Amino acid sequence: MADLIARNLSVEAGNATLVRDASFRLARGELVALLGPNGAGKTSLLRASLGLEKRASGDALLDGTDSEKLSPMQRARRVAYLPQQRPLAWPNTVRDVVALGRFAYGAAPGRLSAEDADAVERAIKLCDLGSFVDRQADTLSGGELARVHCARAFAAGAPLLIADEPVAALDPRHQFRIMDMIRGFVDEGGGALVVLHDIALAARYADRMIWMKDAQIVADGPPVETLSEERMADIYGVRAKVSGNSVEIEGAI
Amino acid sequence: MSERFLVPGLVAASVVAIFAACLLGSTPLAADRVLSAFLGGADVGDRLVVWQIRLPRAIAAYVTGAALGISGAALQGLLRNPLAEPGVLGVSASASLLATFSLYYGLAALSPWILPLSAIAGALAATALIALAAIRTRSVVTLILIGVGLSSFSGAAMSLLMNLAPNPFSLSDMINWMLGSVANRSFQELGLAAPFLLAGTIILLVSRRGLSALTLGEEAASGVGLNLRNQRILTVLGAGLATGGSVGLAGAIGFVGIVAPHIIRPFVKHDPARSLIPSALLAGLILVMADIGVRLMPTTNELKLGVVAALIGAPAFVWIAMRRRTLNG
Repeated sequence: MADLIARNLSVEAGNATLVRDASFRLARGELVALLGPNGAGKTSLLRASLGLEKRASGDALLDGTDSEKLSPMQRARRVAYLPQQRPLAWPNTVRDVVALGRFAYGAAPGRLSAEDADAVERAIKLCDLGSFVDRQADTLSGGELARVHCARAFAAGAPLLIADEPVAALDPRHQFRIMDMIRGFVDEGGGALVVLHDIALAARYADRMIWMKDAQIVADGPPVETLSEERMADIYGVRAKVSGNSVEIEGAI
Repeated sequence: MSERFLVPGLVAASVVAIFAACLLGSTPLAADRVLSAFLGGADVGDRLVVWQIRLPRAIAAYVTGAALGISGAALQGLLRNPLAEPGVLGVSASASLLATFSLYYGLAALSPWILPLSAIAGALAATALIALAAIRTRSVVTLILIGVGLSSFSGAAMSLLMNLAPNPFSLSDMINWMLGSVANRSFQELGLAAPFLLAGTIILLVSRRGLSALTLGEEAASGVGLNLRNQRILTVLGAGLATGGSVGLAGAIGFVGIVAPHIIRPFVKHDPARSLIPSALLAGLILVMADIGVRLMPTTNELKLGVVAALIGAPAFVWIAMRRRTLNG
């Protein structure tokens, strides 16, 4: 049973508390949206639960093992992580970037086992990159590049996916395409935790929404239960019209 | 496709260049005389020229270039920037500072190992400083500026040592370390540098896979399973040993470590890991050819190899810097 369980996680930087006493669970078969304004502590929560950032207290179990005690490779085989900043240092080919997703299995670009090559091919097909696998990544548009990064994460074949703003700065069509890919990953038995700023998009795709404000998780549940006009006002300070799963933001309060 | 012929082609060219280095010089030797000298035939004079003078010099130039080429390629992978290089980052200068220091204070006379070891200590200190700074800042410009600072400091400290030099002999020695030269190298000096060059090269080759992962940036690289801390330590250690070993052998020679990987990268699909071996071979080849040029040039005082390397390499550095699209600052 692959899951990620964070228990009473706190993260501090100097005197500031970035995350306070946060608990959540991510299991297979669910797409969870992590929401909250800039600076609410979403990225710190993700990083701390992955064991990438030092915790002040609490723990996070990845398949029952503390994620801080896992080696980077063991961790990468259990959860694929797409960070917010995704700068590519070199103009590698798309296929080679996707192949880096197999790093945790001992693969390297140009040195893939049959199994690795297979996973890379599947990810390329899944993210519809077939037409430009041999192009250099620096010639791609933002939307194409986002798909390449998604493919890289899927190629790892990990049961869980954590993506930090995977649709930031994308046009609407690409936002939907990326979310469709993540939805497809979840429908095939994966579990995904995705940071989103587009509430409407989140409400449409997420099975559950985790709301953060001022370093704390303030709500965790299905969109119908947690998405409300009061919550939009409380979390984001915006006036919004909510009906069922749809939300329309009318302006700042 | 061209990738498959890259390494064999470079190896063949290297062998030819080293052989040519044995033919050419103040007394040109015909190929058959060099060949028979290699095999232990020919007359004593030919054997002396080939085995004592030309071959060790050519090999010294080659391994120096190879060490700088592989260090440059690895540091570029680690720092994710094509301008990173032992010379630019001040690693070579720091190594030659400590090498001159050991000469000036007569430490080098105590044991033949002192000179390469002090060069390596200087290289490791500088590489570690750069890597530490790299953790704090994402800007490679900052790192290069730190390198400029290190180089200036080392240059100033060396000038100070030169001013205090007790005799002209040590002065010319110091100039050798500052400018870089492989003149009059013997197999004995090669043997002293070899363990460090070898150790550094092995460490860099063993840890090269992580350099590919770093293409994604540090955050994503640790996400795909890279142990960032170990990678930093190994690359710094490997590059420090290889660069220090090369400085102990030939002094500070700059820019080869930029030029060679830059030429190689398109042939290996810009993968840092795959660029290591061909970059080493090409950098070795470049230095052997530059050294042949140094020996053939009809100047009264032989030019220093490092001067020629900088004359070719520095414009290339400027060119790469100007053409560079900003990918990561």
